[in-house]
Amino acid sequence: MSVQELEKIFQSKIEQEIKIEPKDWMPDAYRKTLIRQISQHAHSEIVGMLPEGNWISRAPSLKRKAILLAKVQDEAGHGLYLYSATETLGTTREQTINDLHNGKAKYSSIFNYPTITWADIGAIGWLVDGAAILNQVMLCRTSYGPYARAMVRICKEESFHQRQGFDILLVLSKGTPEQKAMCQDAINRWWWPSLMMFGPHDSESTHSEQSTQWKIKRMSNDELRQKFVDMIAEQIKVLNMTLPDPKLKWNEQTGHYDFGEIDWTEFWNVVKGNGPCNKQRLEARRKAWQDGAWVREAASVYAEKRKARQQKEKQIA
Amino acid sequence: MHKTKNQMNIQITRYYYGDIPEDKGGGGSQKITITPAVSEAGDWPLWEVFIRSKQGIDHKHVGSLHAADAQMAIENARDVYTRRMEGVSIWVVESKYIHASNPDEAASLYEPANDKVYRHPTFYDLPDELTHM
Repeated sequence: MSVQELEKIFQSKIEQEIKIEPKDWMPDAYRKTLIRQISQHAHSEIVGMLPEGNWISRAPSLKRKAILLAKVQDEAGHGLYLYSATETLGTTREQTINDLHNGKAKYSSIFNYPTITWADIGAIGWLVDGAAILNQVMLCRTSYGPYARAMVRICKEESFHQRQGFDILLVLSKGTPEQKAMCQDAINRWWWPSLMMFGPHDSESTHSEQSTQWKIKRMSNDELRQKFVDMIAEQIKVLNMTLPDPKLKWNEQTGHYDFGEIDWTEFWNVVKGNGPCNKQRLEARRKAWQDGAWVREAASVYAEKRKARQQKEKQIA
Repeated sequence: MHKTKNQMNIQITRYYYGDIPEDKGGGGSQKITITPAVSEAGDWPLWEVFIRSKQGIDHKHVGSLHAADAQMAIENARDVYTRRMEGVSIWVVESKYIHASNPDEAASLYEPANDKVYRHPTFYDLPDELTHM
């Protein structure tokens, strides 16, 4: 069969909402796009553990510590689901991790911002996970089977993350004047970077059109961002806090909130590696990989030893 | 190292702890060495994981992971796929032992079932007064 015929069959499957599975024929560009996107998503889960991990030892109570530990462990799990999905496309785990460590692969820029107060953990759960969930709910219906299945699993676990974040802020919002100020300060710092998580405007987005045609993406960056603003602008009322945008205003005509323009210079600056913590995050990942070398080696040697012992026992028996 | 911020005359403290932005003196231009992730001694193979969610239900494929051996694969599968009591039993099998049918041959492979509609109960047009069947 010619490539044109194969492409036709492929596109007709996409249109009929038939999922593409690992062994099915797919255009090289579709495969490459997925490898880029899913691995980037996986790296985001793993790098995302760093800003939160910063507060595990400093959480204000044992309860909060246990919850944060469970959340960070979930993020590791999410990273693994996604690395596995990437591997089904014929790339190796080593290659994927190397691409992160040598700076070739990107991860979500949001994790290049520091977590400098406890309220930041609340703001991350509520705003950052909240933004991620909108994207991930959409991806549950993405056209590549293993990616969609990983997303379903992740979404099931993610709503706990958002709720625990809101819960942290809710407690602070009812606390002492200092706690209230801390809550507002965290919201002020995380609001704009959270809006940036949806990526450039549709008109500027390089991969969007093809990804939409392949049904990898099913909603545009701006659509998702608007949905997020509408959701958060209502939820913040429960906290009695404000969002740091003087242009934020309900628009009767559109049935949506209007909001101010994102500082795109900051956005591209962080994407290009000049955010507050870009270097630190990558260094932490490289260090974790290096420091873990003996563990990987020990596990392999132990597995060998166990195998040899079992064989010996079999021979005796 | 800390920074105080004035906000409506309320002092709050931002602690930079380990999470220090570079412009505050953290990070910086230390030399970094990259250890490439290469196949190390006894590179961990890939395992497919199957979970039985409760007694009476089939084991179902849930995903895959890397592990040095079967026991480690089961322990990792517990941590990755059953953190919320999703399972009562775990199967793992090294991915290389899974043999799959070729989707390109699906048409001919499943062809024998195509013309046997009489295998389905709906094939039989029976009188309406016939009940419990």
